[in-house]
Amino acid sequence: MNFVSLYRKLDSSNSTLDKIEALREHFLNADVEETALAMRLILGQLPPKKAKSAELKALALDQARIPEWLFAEAYSSTGDLAETMALINAVPDAPPFTGSVPEWIKTHLRGADEALSGLREAFSKWDSFSVMVLIKLLTGSLRVGVSRGILIKALAKAYEIPEANIAHVLMGNLKIDASFIGRLKMKDWADPLDFSSPYPFALASPIDGEIEDLGPITDWAIEWKWDGIRGQWIYRNEKVSLWSRGEELISDRFPEFATRSLKFESLVLDGEILAWKPGAKEPSAFALLQTRIARKKVTEADLKKAPARFIAYDCVEKDGVDLRELPFSERRKILEELMPELTASIPAFGISEIQNEESWTSAKASRAGSREKRVEGFILKRKSSPYFHGRKKGDWWKWKIDTMSLDAVMVYAQSGHGKRSNLFTDYTFALRGADDELVPVAKAYSGLDQKEIMELDRWIRAHTKERFGPVRSVEPIQVFELGFEGIADSPRHKSGIALRFPRILRWRRDKPVSEIDRLDAIRELYLKPDIEPVSREELPLFKSANLDV
Amino acid sequence: MPEEAKPNQSELVVLAKDGLYCEAGGFYIDPWGSVETGIITHGHGDHAHIGSQHYYASRSSLGILKTRMGEETPITTLAYGKVIRLGETEVSLHPAGHILGSAQVRIAHAGQVWVVSGDYKRDPDPTCAPFEVVECDTFVTEATFASPVYHWPPIENVVREIHDWWMQNRARGQNSILCAYSLGKVQRVLAELMRFTNEPVHLHGSATRLVQVYRDEGVSMAPTIPVSELDKKEKLKGALIIAPPSASGSTWTRRFEPYEVGFASGWMQIRGNRRRKAYDRGFIVSDHADWPSLLRTIEETKAKRIIATHGSSDILARYVREEMGKEGITFETQFGEEDE
Ligand SMILES: [Zn+2]
Ligand SMILES: [Zn+2]
Repeated sequence: MNFVSLYRKLDSSNSTLDKIEALREHFLNADVEETALAMRLILGQLPPKKAKSAELKALALDQARIPEWLFAEAYSSTGDLAETMALINAVPDAPPFTGSVPEWIKTHLRGADEALSGLREAFSKWDSFSVMVLIKLLTGSLRVGVSRGILIKALAKAYEIPEANIAHVLMGNLKIDASFIGRLKMKDWADPLDFSSPYPFALASPIDGEIEDLGPITDWAIEWKWDGIRGQWIYRNEKVSLWSRGEELISDRFPEFATRSLKFESLVLDGEILAWKPGAKEPSAFALLQTRIARKKVTEADLKKAPARFIAYDCVEKDGVDLRELPFSERRKILEELMPELTASIPAFGISEIQNEESWTSAKASRAGSREKRVEGFILKRKSSPYFHGRKKGDWWKWKIDTMSLDAVMVYAQSGHGKRSNLFTDYTFALRGADDELVPVAKAYSGLDQKEIMELDRWIRAHTKERFGPVRSVEPIQVFELGFEGIADSPRHKSGIALRFPRILRWRRDKPVSEIDRLDAIRELYLKPDIEPVSREELPLFKSANLDV
Repeated sequence: MPEEAKPNQSELVVLAKDGLYCEAGGFYIDPWGSVETGIITHGHGDHAHIGSQHYYASRSSLGILKTRMGEETPITTLAYGKVIRLGETEVSLHPAGHILGSAQVRIAHAGQVWVVSGDYKRDPDPTCAPFEVVECDTFVTEATFASPVYHWPPIENVVREIHDWWMQNRARGQNSILCAYSLGKVQRVLAELMRFTNEPVHLHGSATRLVQVYRDEGVSMAPTIPVSELDKKEKLKGALIIAPPSASGSTWTRRFEPYEVGFASGWMQIRGNRRRKAYDRGFIVSDHADWPSLLRTIEETKAKRIIATHGSSDILARYVREEMGKEGITFETQFGEEDE
């Protein structure tokens, strides 16, 4: 039992039950090195890559004896480089690789030459699935389609440890090696938590029924839903660590949240990191905060340009005591009591105010003003709720304002990657510019159902104007309503704007292209003049809206 | 002759408005428009269109064609290999190995031989006659899976996987819904399943008549029970149910809960397709030629010129030109991929 056989099982099924079963079996029966490797890979801890993709590809082309253009075509049908390289070199009836994968990594991830020799051997000996996995290891592109939740369930089943304990052990900076696995198997983790470990975040679910169905408003604490980065601020052993919800340690990027020694033994706060100018009534746009995240090293200039605040929501640990089981209202009282001492030491700290609303009707009216406040709506927390782990429906709700939207016409289409590799599923949309020309503004690839995707795919094939590699330009006919979460000036894009999280809301078959929105009208509608233009280098955030066609 | 087609002398078959047209013979192959005479290569919807006055087809495809095009359709059947005269041409049909009755069309005229393959495969299939190599000057080939990433695993291995999946689901108290195209794929899977079991398989209504047509032609397959014949209240447990892809995600599947859904198709070679969320499992089963089969067949026909149709025809034509040293062009037909 090695990682290749586990990956094959995980990959061959979309059923969660199958995945948990495959993992459980692996954790029980594989040796500790294979087990530790599987866990590291699932958690995204990849071995550093040593080979250049271009060199591996050259070898793959040479072995398969196919021309470059055909490789490009093959790649466009799989959307995956490693898979393409493996499939074009498939040897009929070749067996799977059953050796030790950790050993293979040790030998072949040493350097470029070792990588090439490893691949050459793999091509001639093993089946294309094994080869694909090995290439992904060489190129650092291996992703295991297993969520942390599934991993936790499988570990809990395999080693008979409660899920909550596993979840906690997995937080923080963990070194997953054979000895860690050994301890898990022995159920010996007397003190596995290093002092910086955060708690699993409690997450709110989008509200799905009528707001009135939540019962009396007095059962609920209402807070703004801030549009920043969720984080846990941890003070233990007189040291501060800051974790993002993505479980990244980001303490170094926010020196303003450091503190002198406090009178508490320990403190763990859940809150939102926001870019916020001193004295300003509202936070700055998310775009500005993103400039801080993008930097590993923060300079004085950054701190001045995009100062940050930590707006506290909750207190989950105080003086070495885990408070998660207390009701929200009691945790809130504790939080309010300790804020004065905290803000005295850290001026960048604040508390997320509870909004006093008489009724759901008045709450609705206040929520409508969210956009001016630069928040996304309300978060509702049941006053009796514990600080649960993960996304448990019922206690915490997101009550968001309607998203911004625009009508645009599809101008380019590209075949999808991964799951949708032989269909055109990535679309580029344009608005009308100042001279009536079409200006691409956003790329989006989600929001249509399978039937619409198939139909659109056929339409695209029949209405292609030109091909540029995998991209096709199409006749500007199909109009779509796009939703997005934010908008910012962007000198990098021809349109001058970048949309945040654009997605398709609906296919507007009823609208002719003459009725799409104009770029200047959209700017006027949504782009508040006080958002400062962000310069070129500072825009890594708009990846999802990139227009690289 | 239609206006759109202006062939030079050596073009025995051209692409015309209504389909592939042979002027010297006065007939079309798999016409999509209404014409006088059409030769049908096989019963899939993109090849067998109603609306023409008279058809020729292979003898073993008759049951399928009558089921799909209507009892009244005027069809003259030909045994494989039997040569007839149409206009100034000699025409014969040869097994294509795609589905029951599928045929390649061989046309000889003025010292020239053309073969129009229809859809074909080279992998073994107990439900139809195996592909026959017919030497020719021009070979009109399908190109549905013309990419070097496609090479089919042995069908026996895949059907073993399907059987294992069924048994695993049963052990968990789940049904297994296998989505497969109703004509060809369903019958091939049923026939191959006999290696592993003689348990009955449940069938969606869209395939029951076609399965019967295959049985009438003497094809042996695993026993089947139409779902429509079950008592409405009867709860299936641990059953294998074969249904068309359109049934996946529909309300029809509700009565089989709890279940997993599998999909049998050549597209499942691609990992991204297998992982598409609509299915729990993907099984690589195709009735089309994979990349090695396409190249091997092109070589074996000894044709100097290749005309590609379907799907990735431009890729195959370019490969033929640049890597195989033959003439390679495409016909933009209306043949599709609906049978996968
Ligand atoms: Zn077909
Ligand atoms: Zn076809």
